[in-house]
Amino acid sequence: MANLPFIAAIDEGIHQEMARDSSVLYFGQNLATTENHEFVKRYGASRVRVTPISETAEIGIAIGAAIGGLRPVVELYMAEFMLVAMDQVVNEGAKFRYMSGGQVKVPLVLKAGFGFTAGWAGQHTGTLTALFMGWPGLKVVVPSTAADAKGLMATAIRDDNPVVFLHHYMLTLEHGEVPDGEHLVPFGKAEIRRAGKDVTLVATGWMVNRALAAANTLAGEGIDVEVIDPRTVAPLDLDTIMKSVDKTRRVVLVDQAPRHASVSAIIAGDIAEHRFNSLKAPIIQVTGSDTTIPYSEPLEAFCIPDEARIAAAVRKVVK
Amino acid sequence: MSVQAPNAERQIWILTQMLRIREFENRVKRSFTDHPGVIRGHTHLADGAEASIVGSLAHFKTGDAALATYRCHGYPLALGTDPKSIMAEIYGRADGICKGLGGSMHITDVKRGFLGTSGIVGAGIPHAAGAAWAAQNRKKGEVVLSFFGDGASKQGAFHETLNIASLWKLPVIFVMENNGYNVVTTTAQEDANAAAGRPLSVKADAYEMPGVTVDGTDPLAVFKTVGEAIERAREGKGPTLVESKVYRLSAHGNIIAPPGVPLHYPEHEAIAVFGKREEYEAALRGDPVPRFRGALVQNGTLTSAQADEIAQKVADEMQAAVTFALKSPFPKNESALDFNFA
Repeated sequence: MANLPFIAAIDEGIHQEMARDSSVLYFGQNLATTENHEFVKRYGASRVRVTPISETAEIGIAIGAAIGGLRPVVELYMAEFMLVAMDQVVNEGAKFRYMSGGQVKVPLVLKAGFGFTAGWAGQHTGTLTALFMGWPGLKVVVPSTAADAKGLMATAIRDDNPVVFLHHYMLTLEHGEVPDGEHLVPFGKAEIRRAGKDVTLVATGWMVNRALAAANTLAGEGIDVEVIDPRTVAPLDLDTIMKSVDKTRRVVLVDQAPRHASVSAIIAGDIAEHRFNSLKAPIIQVTGSDTTIPYSEPLEAFCIPDEARIAAAVRKVVK
Repeated sequence: MSVQAPNAERQIWILTQMLRIREFENRVKRSFTDHPGVIRGHTHLADGAEASIVGSLAHFKTGDAALATYRCHGYPLALGTDPKSIMAEIYGRADGICKGLGGSMHITDVKRGFLGTSGIVGAGIPHAAGAAWAAQNRKKGEVVLSFFGDGASKQGAFHETLNIASLWKLPVIFVMENNGYNVVTTTAQEDANAAAGRPLSVKADAYEMPGVTVDGTDPLAVFKTVGEAIERAREGKGPTLVESKVYRLSAHGNIIAPPGVPLHYPEHEAIAVFGKREEYEAALRGDPVPRFRGALVQNGTLTSAQADEIAQKVADEMQAAVTFALKSPFPKNESALDFNFA
């Protein structure tokens, strides 16, 4: 175990796979601009390259390279930058296997940060998770711990499908214990971050931290909250969530995204459809406001879920 | 660099492939009237582009790859894909090359190096560059041919990809089939180079690669031009933009209509939209398929009787493809859920 910041753990995951598999590529803007770049030194310029500001070509080239037998990892920095190349993300890479009747595989990773609510204003703060999760053919990963960041990145690179790897920018320097050596975290397997019997609380990314903080506060009030981190939203581990709901029969869902663009709305729909009769209280969603994220600090904080709002929602469902 | 003209046998092969593509596309077109309802959605035919397709792919070696746009039936035919499996795909049947999941716009035959087809204009250009990166890393001198239309050269994907392909000296050949029309818009209406009376191959200048314009109705001219570009790419010298000037002899596609309206091929846009019957008739007079056949008969490469024999074989082959595709069952409903994930 090493105590590493989240961002270094992601790099460890990429190193792990690049060292074991020469078909793994890593490229993107402002990456590897000198021969001293750590990745260039270790894996060579044929596998690690800097690109122009050309997201459509970067992602399109990744798709072609993947079909041609390689395993590209594209460094995109910000989830919003994928928006300028959305056709390649959701309408090309995710569909080529299907449309070819299973003839091709498209193993690639699109690595992008998101949710940077640190004064980045309207165009660099989005929680776009739900935007990517509904596309058949596309997997979507949202790690919340440094260990998972490494293990999910490694799994993403080994996966034979296109994977959108969304790392929350507010977690960038969060330290955590990261297993040494080969570390893989399976897709579609939620982690119960805190076991509890009274309320099921589901959160992803940075919101997991806030959910856990709320759960600790509530423990002092005698409310025992179970915090579930899906870790991947496509595939989504509904089994773990439903088992928890069967136990607690009360649900609060937390999502930084605006309500109508949230993963929580999708999870709420599934729980409502399959567990309606067993619920003791209506599902509550604690989501971002239906607004563009404002620049000004107090306004920004007003628009995204915080510990107090999460705790208040939990108190409401146990009342 | 010099590319030797293909020998007599190879020239007969080129003519045969051109005849096969033409006959296949004719049978697709005829399907709308002979077998109404059998083809759904939108199909796009390559009649008029046969010389360009075959002249380019005549250089194809094992390990090379090609990607194309939705006007994609011709390439796999020239690469050896069984027309039965392509027609069955276009009819949405279980024996289709893509198991009925892709249809006319997404023909793929990975075993023969035809890696896939995007239905989005220009979107396949970076895919070709990516496949070329894979080829570059394999270091076997393999190349990738990227086929697209003049319309695609107004997409960001085109410009972004040419820039990177040139920077990285990727072994990719960009073959722009300029058929004069983006659906119903003429090239001069939408392309600044064309509007200025310049060839579209000048776009290559912006990306520091050779740009060549070739008569895409002459298979031997295409063979030479694309052959030189391929040689250059195999030697590690990077990409070339080839503007291959063709004339699309059919309309952009069959009519776009909701179910219940019989789909058919309308008149070519030159006539239907612009009233330029003379332009269209001139294109018909220059039809590359009979022209090449005539040239080969005239110079004694083959006799008229031999050419007729080839044409008859091709007609029989494509009739068999139609018959096979009509008999092929629909895929099982559950197969609709296959292949979303590997």
